[in-house]
Amino acid sequence: MADHDGHVQAYTVRLELADEPGELLHALEPIAEYGGNLLSVFHERGSLTPRGHIPVEVDLECPPDRFDTIVSALREASVNVIRAGAERYDEEITVVLTGHIIDTDVSDTLSRITSESNTSVVDISLSAPEGTSDVSSARLRLATDATETADVLDTVTAVAEEKELRVIAPLTEGEGIA
Amino acid sequence: MRLAVLGAGAVGRSVVELAGEYGHTVTALADSSSAIVDEDGIDVDAVLARKTDDETIGTFSHDAVFDSEYDVLVEATPTTLGDAQPGFGHARAALESDHHVVLANKGPVAERYEELQALEARSEGRVLFEATVGGAIPVLSTISDVGATNVTAVRGVLNGTANFVLSRMAAEGLSYEHVLAEAQDLGVAEADPSFDVDGTDAALKCVILANVLFDGNYSIDDAVVAGIRDLPGSALELASEDGWTIRLVGEVARDGVRVGPRLVPEHGTLAVSGTRNIVQFETKHAGQLNISGRGAGGPETASAVLSDVTTLEREE
Repeated sequence: MADHDGHVQAYTVRLELADEPGELLHALEPIAEYGGNLLSVFHERGSLTPRGHIPVEVDLECPPDRFDTIVSALREASVNVIRAGAERYDEEITVVLTGHIIDTDVSDTLSRITSESNTSVVDISLSAPEGTSDVSSARLRLATDATETADVLDTVTAVAEEKELRVIAPLTEGEGIA
Repeated sequence: MRLAVLGAGAVGRSVVELAGEYGHTVTALADSSSAIVDEDGIDVDAVLARKTDDETIGTFSHDAVFDSEYDVLVEATPTTLGDAQPGFGHARAALESDHHVVLANKGPVAERYEELQALEARSEGRVLFEATVGGAIPVLSTISDVGATNVTAVRGVLNGTANFVLSRMAAEGLSYEHVLAEAQDLGVAEADPSFDVDGTDAALKCVILANVLFDGNYSIDDAVVAGIRDLPGSALELASEDGWTIRLVGEVARDGVRVGPRLVPEHGTLAVSGTRNIVQFETKHAGQLNISGRGAGGPETASAVLSDVTTLEREE
């Protein structure tokens, strides 16, 4: 880190890995490659996510301007990043969309949501048991700033409305009633 | 108390059957075509047997009920939207002759609340309607105990049929149509389930709550309502991947009423299963209060009607 002014910050990255040999190494490589210093790796073997993946929490330090590069490199290496750095993504929102999701250009839907509000799609799961031209469902996990969840949900609703999709938004215990 | 009961459906029948146990006497009973009136108390078993056999309650005209001697009119005819008739007219007739009214019919309280309040203000009689929200669950008496001004918002799962369908879809991975047909076989869903699955019933209950909490002026037109009819099974499946499930949730706040399918934590308080209902109050000084129980059914709803009658008796 000689090319920086020496300021490094600690970050926590939460990943979801397939239970296969080599997956952990594959996930850690981009971190080292882009100048991250690994502090600890907590590999929660045995506590599978609902989709049968293994949650892994990685603590690392790096200069703040490197962190985005590391997260992008992880995503480019097809590593599922659930949460990246508490200060940037301190809130996750799950929403379910139903309707003609595939016919209405799912990648356009996702890019509009991320470009029109301060969020990133960290995970998507699609289910189209009746075939892609029929009604299907998608679950999106969106990471955002806690202060912006209402704005993110408004954007999701607006984009979905245009495409005649239905949004099922979360209602959590203790959440203020809007 | 002497009860005149209008409506001989599941709720009306149960009120008549259980009234004696609560120390009250049924002096009149009517359905839409005929009535029986007896100031010493009607013979409940005989009347209900006759109604089952030939569909006739008695030889009196429907209006004879209003001319009879009674203390409380129990209005348990079917809920109607818009002008809420004939339920509203029944309540008016009783109040104008200074009788108490206990409503199981949601229409008048949801659609014509201010008129009902005005009639009550001019009458010696009072209007209570615990049975209209959440069946056996004491939702309105909790609000009056806590104080309406101390409740800032309410939300809940208020329709058993929709909840039964959603919880079966989630648990068994079945489609909406499949579960609905099953619910109809079990008698949980009506032959025409629109009122329940389109969210109308839950919305009416929420509108009643809004009227009670925020000084009237709400009707079903003020509610944003979405139902569960078009919900694919895959939506529930995907929700469960992240530990969520879907419930038809009604939300009541000063700025309006909203009913629609929402993601709730799979093992959270709001994820009641089957035909159970839950109501969650946000209070100013006591945080969150939850009450849960059976939200529908003849005897369950009749128990709420009869507890209103007991309240009126206590106040006399």
